[in-house]
Amino acid sequence: MSINIQALLAQLLVGLINGSFYALLSLGLAVIFGMLNIINFAHGALYMMGAFCAYFLLNLFGIGYWWALILAPLTVGLFGMLMERTLLQWLSGLDHLYGLLLTFGVALIIQGVFQNYFGSSGLPYAIPDELKGGVNLGFMFLPIYRGWVVAFSLVICLLTWYLIERTRLGANLRAATENPTLVRAFGINVPRMITLTYGLGVGLAALAGVLSAPINQVRPLMGADLIIVVFAVVVIGGMGSIMGSIITGFALGVIEGLTKYFYPEASNTVVFVLMVLVLLVKPSGLTGRAT
Amino acid sequence: MVETTTLDRTKPASAGNALLSVRDLQAWYGESHILHGMDFEVRTGEVVTLLGRNGAGKTTTLKSVMGIIGKRTGAITFDGHDISRASSDKIARRGIAFCPEERGIFASLDVRENLMLPPQVRPGGLSLEQIFELFPNLRERLKSQGTKLSGGEQQMLAIARILRTGARFLMLDEPTEGLAPVIIQQIGRTIARLKTEGFTILLVEQNFRFAATVADRYYVVEHGKIIDGFANSELEANMDKLHTYLGV
Repeated sequence: MSINIQALLAQLLVGLINGSFYALLSLGLAVIFGMLNIINFAHGALYMMGAFCAYFLLNLFGIGYWWALILAPLTVGLFGMLMERTLLQWLSGLDHLYGLLLTFGVALIIQGVFQNYFGSSGLPYAIPDELKGGVNLGFMFLPIYRGWVVAFSLVICLLTWYLIERTRLGANLRAATENPTLVRAFGINVPRMITLTYGLGVGLAALAGVLSAPINQVRPLMGADLIIVVFAVVVIGGMGSIMGSIITGFALGVIEGLTKYFYPEASNTVVFVLMVLVLLVKPSGLTGRAT
Repeated sequence: MVETTTLDRTKPASAGNALLSVRDLQAWYGESHILHGMDFEVRTGEVVTLLGRNGAGKTTTLKSVMGIIGKRTGAITFDGHDISRASSDKIARRGIAFCPEERGIFASLDVRENLMLPPQVRPGGLSLEQIFELFPNLRERLKSQGTKLSGGEQQMLAIARILRTGARFLMLDEPTEGLAPVIIQQIGRTIARLKTEGFTILLVEQNFRFAATVADRYYVVEHGKIIDGFANSELEANMDKLHTYLGV
């Protein structure tokens, strides 16, 4: 079989880009699940809100991409914290099913509202001027924006990992994930930490949405399509480690990309096939701790 | 208020005021009514021990004071403040520190992070150097994962981390449970040392031989109520009664 290097690398790049989104989103999901014990089905809708936020910032206020990278996660993050305070906090201690159903319902509402105003078709969002064009690497042509997405996502993922695994704040978060009652009995305001953690996870989703806007179109259902794959990624990676979520996200993106080159018919299903295999062999996921 | 309670029969060693005052404390775990009206007090600078059989409600009492029990009623006053309705983080910030029976060392944190986790609630907490002086083993294990420590080391870590906070009222739940005699002695020395530094300690202990080395007063708990109390000086005289209460 002759390998068309150009086509392979092109698919690899697409795979890395998708992997970036998988990593950012599964990271947020893992952090939320660890801390709140909620399977956040609203994650895809919040990713979509991030993209729309960037769109509104540009088209209503003339605020461009670079500001959107900060403002959209902050805005959607605040919305997420409001959601946590008004809806999610009442589910604490209940079976996972309730969190799943509630956030699923919220996702449907959010998506329904956006569909009502914007229909199902996509809205355009331009690549910022500074990131337009491409660079010829010799073995392939690399569009600058796409390279930026992968690099920036990696940096954000690593910063998040560092925050959680290496800082005092992260230690508080890890401890509260393990034993929130005891952490609170030391004098730490755990409910506030929980709200902020949800905001962090949501902010990561919204950031992914902003990154995604110039590549994919800004559409109300953009998150719904993505979230199913992200859940499969989370199942495969397990909730056990932050680094595990990041690596699994990127790796599965690449695997998907490679499958698209070598056996395109399977590219839509390869992640789910892997998920089934992992569930059969190690249900807690590759890095998960068996509970 | 006018009834003679067991409190009147105990003569505390120190003449301090009541730092913790508990009146008619009732508590529930879900549907189970565990405490049926606990009445006791702990005066500043004292070491008071709650004795009693398993299931008597000793741990539940500590948890009720700390505010981590499901439902509680009654009057709990600490340092002049009513804490009977307060959330546990607010109670901790009043200057109370709790060392649970299961120790609660976090597996996802290393020893140093475990040690540094509880925030300072009062000035004057022990410095790291002072803590390593009390518990030299901890200095070498700082980078180990918290739960990789032995039972004795975990107990020392659990006590060490609350000493950092500056809280002057400590509640220790079965600190010697399951530990080797050598470690138990070390913990006894630590508590004695804390006592000389003016700490007030509420201790739950099954091992009353150990408690006898540090306690000023005892209360006996049975079925969620205080049924007896005596000073340390009266311990020998009450030995037979104690054996009956504890079923040993």
